[in-house]
Amino acid sequence: MATQMKPGVGPLEYGRRRWLQALFAVTLIVLYVPIFVLIAFSFNQQNRGGVWKGFTLENYPKAWQNQSIYDAMVNSLTIALVTTLIATVIGTMVAVMMWRFRFPLKPAYEAAMGLPIVIPEICMGVALLLFFNSTGLMGFFSAMVWPFNLSTIIIAHIAFCFPFVAIVVRSRLVGFNKQLEEASRDLGANEWQTFWQVLVPYMKPGIIAGALLAFTLSLDDFVITFFTAGPETVTFPVKIYSMVKTGVKYEVNAASTILILITILATVLAMKLQAPEKSGH
Amino acid sequence: MADPIVSVRNVSRRYPGGVTAVDNVSVDIMPNEFFALLGPSGCGKTTLLRMISGLDTPSEGHIFIGGEDMALTPPNKRPTNMVFQSYAVFPHMTVAQNVAYGLKVTGVPADEIKRRVGEGLEQVKLSHLADRKPDQMSGGQRQRVALARALVKRPKVLLLDEPLSALDAKLRDDMRLELTRLQQEVGITFIIVTHDQDEALSMATRIAVMEKGAIRQLATPEELYEHPTSRFVADFIGKVNLFEADVVSQKGKALVCNAKGLGKMNLSSDRECGKQVTIAVRPEKLKLSKTSPKVDGLIKAEARVRDVAYYGDWSEVVVELANGQTVSVNVQNEKRDVNASVTRGEKTYVSWSPTDSLVLTE
Repeated sequence: MATQMKPGVGPLEYGRRRWLQALFAVTLIVLYVPIFVLIAFSFNQQNRGGVWKGFTLENYPKAWQNQSIYDAMVNSLTIALVTTLIATVIGTMVAVMMWRFRFPLKPAYEAAMGLPIVIPEICMGVALLLFFNSTGLMGFFSAMVWPFNLSTIIIAHIAFCFPFVAIVVRSRLVGFNKQLEEASRDLGANEWQTFWQVLVPYMKPGIIAGALLAFTLSLDDFVITFFTAGPETVTFPVKIYSMVKTGVKYEVNAASTILILITILATVLAMKLQAPEKSGH
Repeated sequence: MADPIVSVRNVSRRYPGGVTAVDNVSVDIMPNEFFALLGPSGCGKTTLLRMISGLDTPSEGHIFIGGEDMALTPPNKRPTNMVFQSYAVFPHMTVAQNVAYGLKVTGVPADEIKRRVGEGLEQVKLSHLADRKPDQMSGGQRQRVALARALVKRPKVLLLDEPLSALDAKLRDDMRLELTRLQQEVGITFIIVTHDQDEALSMATRIAVMEKGAIRQLATPEELYEHPTSRFVADFIGKVNLFEADVVSQKGKALVCNAKGLGKMNLSSDRECGKQVTIAVRPEKLKLSKTSPKVDGLIKAEARVRDVAYYGDWSEVVVELANGQTVSVNVQNEKRDVNASVTRGEKTYVSWSPTDSLVLTE
């Protein structure tokens, strides 16, 4: 039997199907209303309790002046920046290696590189904690001066971020015409020049997209950070968690809004750079 | 005679897994030649070209360029440059940057780069597009960028891998003339790889026809066309009618054969023919006539017209002999007489001079 369609409703005219619209609305509400509420209350005059008392910008400077929130934010940004830098280099190298070379057990190696993406964070967190404790690295690093006391977190973040970079860069490399490399060699460039002047420019959108992905992943990670942080170290997500336990102050909303903005910005940039280019080759 | 610019000595290329792409090839290419490597796909022609450029390494044998053994010279140190089949124009660079690349990486001074890039773009008529990115250009234009990029390096030998195969028919004809012009202008050796016999015949000064990793015949275009030494070459270059024949007798050059469907004929051959030969005749050497030709010494047979393909200036007529073998005949449409052409099913006589037939033994 033919599907019952109202005359004039094509299969792709989702705008004219009620149930699709309803589903769409529910999705949006569940996803975004809480976030909008969070953002809205960051502008609330009263400091706590869920009642709207009027618009103010005061929560933002308050959050800025709250030393513990400030410290946590600085820690998070430092960790995210260092993680991004190192994870991007490692991830790019892994991508190039998997693209360029053939070696024994390559499929196993590729799977192992992708594993951190699918391993439950809680498992990875516990495993890393055990590792740092049993090797004495945890004590060793947390006794150090800032920012080196962040090392355990940074190492953990690099471990789960670089596979994302590797995957993004690798998928970019699939479209690479190997004759470009040969052309470069043929025109007199050595392998080093070829890498930097032909391969890296080609990978660049993938590298930047991967880096931004790593940055956002590291910035808002809670579970792994929670397990691998030293006793004294607090990152922003961990700080918020501890504050929420004692009731939400609206300066937390303000700080969270900033975090959301940073994340959205990085994500939009990453998506833009990853979009397929209109290059004809 | 001058020394060869490229000398390939007993070169083989075997891949792991037992595939032999190039099998014991030796060839000398002279300065200023427009040399073509012609053959069907998989015959090893591209592999041979890549070994000359250094992008592939011979399993055995040696390649000399300008008298020097290239065995230990990587591609970036060889006096050769390549125009790739996919053009391989760098997408993130402008046209001018692409052309400058080969000079920049080898440390040519900036002002000289600028001058030579200008000249190079002039040569391929792209000066007005110097600041374009490749993705804003047509295939033909990208091809010119690839050419200019290779030529500004002033190589001793320019290697071209199927340079015209990705272009449409009209552009291909233009580019063919352009390449010949450029080669005469810059006066360097061109080695072109192609599977297109027309390309090779119209541009090259000498052609090496390759099959299964070996060179089957190396000769000028005219020689290849009129005096192919094997069935493969005769068949690959241009159209040809082939007749199997038994050798009745051979005394020196004088050869008497009995060809199926044609009967006994007197031919000449320089070599010992054995028992079986193939007689090859090009379609344009054949004549059709409504009555049996009266001239003595012609090879002739009665036939029936099976098909006529009309191309304006000429027609290809396929006739069938009494024994069922088909023969292609090219007829020039010399007269403005629409009714003069043959029609399907018509009885006709096909004939040609014995001197236009070739005796092939392999």
